[in-house]
Amino acid sequence: MYQISEKDFGTPAQLAEQQVTLEIDGMSITVPEGTSVLRAAAMAGVNIAKLCATDSLQAFGSCRLCLVEIEGRRGYPASCTTPVAEGLKVHTETDKLATLRRGVMELYISDHPLDCLTCAANGNCELQTMAGQVGLRDVRYGYTGKNHLQDSKDESNPYFTYDPAKCIVCNRCVRACEEVQGTFALTIDGRGFNSRVAASQNETFMASECVSCGACVQACPTATLIEKSVIETGQPDHSVVTTCAYCGVGCSFRAEMKGNEVVRMIPDKQGSANEGHSCVKGRFAWNYANHADRIVNPMIRKSINDPWKEVSWHEAIEYAAKEFKRIQDKFGRTSIGGIVSSRCTNEEDYLVQKLVRAAFGNNNVDTCARVCHSPTGYGLKQTLGESAGTQTFKSVDEADVIMVIGANPTDGHPVFASRMKRRLRQGAKLIVIDPRSINLVKSAHIKADYHLKLKPGTNVAVISAIAHVIVTEQLHDKEFIKNRCEEKSFNDWLSFASRAENSPEALEAVSGVPAPLLRQAARLYASFPNAAIYYGLGVTEHAQGSTMVMGIANLAMVTGNIGRAGVGVNPLRGQNNVQGACDMGSFPHELPGYRHVSDNAIRNQFEAAWNVTIEAEPGLRIPNMFEAALDGSFKGLYCQGEDIVQSDPNTQHVTAALSAMECIVVQDLFLNETAKFAHVFLPGSSFLERDGTFTNAERRISRIRQVMPPKAGLADWEVTMALSNALGYPMNYRHPSEIMDEVASLTPTFSGVSYSRLDELGSIQWPCNTLAPEGTEVMHVDEFVRGKGKFIITQYVPTDEKVTRRFPLLLTTGRVLSQYNVGAQTRRTENVQWHDEDQLEVHPHDAEERGITDGSWVGVESRAGKTVLRAILSERMQPGVVYTTFHFPESGANVITTDNSDWASNCPEYKVTAIQLVAVKESSQWQNNYQAFNRKQIRFLSDRERIDTDMVENS
Amino acid sequence: MNIDNLLKMANQIGQFFESQPDREQALMDISTHLTNFWAPAMRRELIAHLEKSSESGLSNIVEQSLLIHKHRLIE
Ligand code: SF4
Ligand code: SF4
Ligand code: SF4
Ligand code: FES
Repeated sequence: MYQISEKDFGTPAQLAEQQVTLEIDGMSITVPEGTSVLRAAAMAGVNIAKLCATDSLQAFGSCRLCLVEIEGRRGYPASCTTPVAEGLKVHTETDKLATLRRGVMELYISDHPLDCLTCAANGNCELQTMAGQVGLRDVRYGYTGKNHLQDSKDESNPYFTYDPAKCIVCNRCVRACEEVQGTFALTIDGRGFNSRVAASQNETFMASECVSCGACVQACPTATLIEKSVIETGQPDHSVVTTCAYCGVGCSFRAEMKGNEVVRMIPDKQGSANEGHSCVKGRFAWNYANHADRIVNPMIRKSINDPWKEVSWHEAIEYAAKEFKRIQDKFGRTSIGGIVSSRCTNEEDYLVQKLVRAAFGNNNVDTCARVCHSPTGYGLKQTLGESAGTQTFKSVDEADVIMVIGANPTDGHPVFASRMKRRLRQGAKLIVIDPRSINLVKSAHIKADYHLKLKPGTNVAVISAIAHVIVTEQLHDKEFIKNRCEEKSFNDWLSFASRAENSPEALEAVSGVPAPLLRQAARLYASFPNAAIYYGLGVTEHAQGSTMVMGIANLAMVTGNIGRAGVGVNPLRGQNNVQGACDMGSFPHELPGYRHVSDNAIRNQFEAAWNVTIEAEPGLRIPNMFEAALDGSFKGLYCQGEDIVQSDPNTQHVTAALSAMECIVVQDLFLNETAKFAHVFLPGSSFLERDGTFTNAERRISRIRQVMPPKAGLADWEVTMALSNALGYPMNYRHPSEIMDEVASLTPTFSGVSYSRLDELGSIQWPCNTLAPEGTEVMHVDEFVRGKGKFIITQYVPTDEKVTRRFPLLLTTGRVLSQYNVGAQTRRTENVQWHDEDQLEVHPHDAEERGITDGSWVGVESRAGKTVLRAILSERMQPGVVYTTFHFPESGANVITTDNSDWASNCPEYKVTAIQLVAVKESSQWQNNYQAFNRKQIRFLSDRERIDTDMVENS
Repeated sequence: MNIDNLLKMANQIGQFFESQPDREQALMDISTHLTNFWAPAMRRELIAHLEKSSESGLSNIVEQSLLIHKHRLIE
């Protein structure tokens, strides 16, 4: 876990069951068929010299350094491209081989700047190592011949440089971009001596198609492609395995450190979620943790119109506790609550809900999953019996048909998207259901077989029509349905789905999807052995979000696509710990493990363990809290790691609610938008500063490990504990592992989880218990968690958010690759070089009608509010639909979105807002007010009464 | 709480259960949904509104469900 470099076996592992035995330098070794001789040798502990081979890429055979001799075969084959065979006798070190290898190295070195001592890769350069390994002592050609030493560097990318002078043209970067990332941004341009790596059409990296995933940098054996952070800081001295703090893919990384300083983040080859790949966020955008905006001293203030005052931890916590108690005395027990974030660890989420239930004495706790995947929780529980995705990511490798609904994996879940694209390049079929032409619809070597470009808000109509085709054309899996599903629910659903009103023809006018296209897509989904559905917030964030989730589950069940690898229902979770936050009981109606608070037996267990009485009725959800604040019955809030002002819909409604409250406690890294309405600010710790676990979209629990002390002195779980103690409910954990032990003792699906088990196994997919001691890759294998699968009728109900003459267009929102959610982290990194403002994508027809030009300002108005954004004309949109992101607070994307929400879970309908556009010259009234308010709040921060830091440390 | 919002949310729940085949069960399920997911104060407000108004603004199915299963919602 603490080593710097991982062993490189040269070529990828083979999974063949057939084993082959051969002899290498007299040693016998048995390996799976298809393994290269190079890899077999590495497995036997013999490290053959190599340069163009690395085990994340297919062998290429260009450098000729890995030559070997094989008894009975002629010549000197390259071991990286030679597969093993039974009984082979391989020699890796002979005089002849040594001479040949030195000759190869001589050629490389004669065109290489010999500045090793001052080179950033010094100590970690494969070329240097190989020169040593082959015993190069002399370069007969001299160093004065034709070379590339004067070629200029490309420093355009903020995170890495390309120095062609050092390039040995091994092609590893090109192959990494193709095979690992799937972007195909690089080529080798020119021939022979003139050949050089080129990004796109000989552009700079920044101007090219490169998405800055870092795969090429990682693959490069020299300092040609190298992280700027390594150039600045030098080579790391130790590393710690941890987990990315961004999206729900949950990539595993090695934080490579020099003392307490991170030098770089390297995706971990052993990480099961990412297997050594990364995206620009996790790989490079971590330095927000050291940003000057970090607040490291607690602060309090009486009113949001007062400047802040720094105080000791003790004073801040006591103040918050006193305020909460005062409010409860005056307005009642239910007048306060807590909101926790999917950015927090499982342990933190668990503690906050425990604090609310035990110390506040009510169930007013909710999580930001309310506004993203709460419909998944509801819909999958109703149909399949468990509120979680059914597969592992690697399951996609066995899918024949992939259906992507309302998700944009290349931007939202980039590392999984790379994996999915690899499978698509191998020939899997692709159906995309999305109002927009997302990248997957057509990109390098990928083209969707069907793109059902539906109108926003008509998902359920489309899913019912697909079901209609499947059952009326008898494409359903009768055997599976008979054995695995509830008969009555199926029969009811069958008659519903078969109705003529659910045919693609009948629904075409509603959804905008041509019936023949939909029919073909439905047939494709139903006619291959393995079909898998991947979906995102384009499914959940609708008035019928939960209905759609159930529709997806119906579809998987009716075609028997559940319970094995290659199939399933896969929610792509937005933030890193959406799954975990839900698992940990952060919803107001559920205790950890999705058990309702009204279940006496379960509640009694928690009451006994926590030594407290727990309320048996559900508490307030986030939108209910706002409503209650506005009617005067909800006055205090503890908000950890979540920025409700920026991320929740109808901003003006949210800010009015917060302004009506008396004590808002915000725990965060930065003075986020919510903190500007807060009375107590408790500094949070970044993912580098604390221990804990995150659970990704595959139910995979992975550790985050503290690599440096918390800047503010306390880790978040310690802060929650202190608050609980100050409120009179004792919490005394010494380490987050003890919190996980408590979770395990109270939650059957987690009973086998512990930090020591996580250290042993690397990561664990829950359920993990005596029935599944190593966790569960695929769920619902022999039976559904609820016993028999339940089909549920999914009648399409049009949303109330309808286009009218006043609001004739539909706005839908989403995200971009380089920014993450509200942007609090990524906006404070160089990722702004890719995306530094939220823009409005408009179809050229809609733009033309309104006199809107590319790059001009445009006023966007809905029933909820008005803002101004810069327009980008784009044919990715369909006419009538516009699109924006919500990464920057000043753009006010959520000033526009409305209070409409999912019927079952109250997840906001971010994806459908009726709007009008007008060409404008200046910002909206809301933006002007925002700017003024923001300036005032920033001043309250910069003018804060400072505390003597020595005093804080001693307090 | 804003009664219009409560009514809208209740009616949306009603719309979903309206399409379920067994009406009796649907009436029951609406009340179960409300007891499972709505805080007691919200349920009380809804029932109080229903009791005091001649035109509740609730759809038929929700109103019926509330009338039959009121005891489950406010104990
Ligand atoms: S940039 Fe690095 S990986 Fe790419 S060809 Fe040159 S040396 Fe090889
Ligand atoms: S950073 Fe990623 S996308 Fe960019 S060139 Fe390298 S491998 Fe390709
Ligand atoms: S894909 Fe997600 S988890 Fe992986 S590095 Fe990118 S942001 Fe982090
Ligand atoms: S490592 Fe085998 S040819 Fe380069």
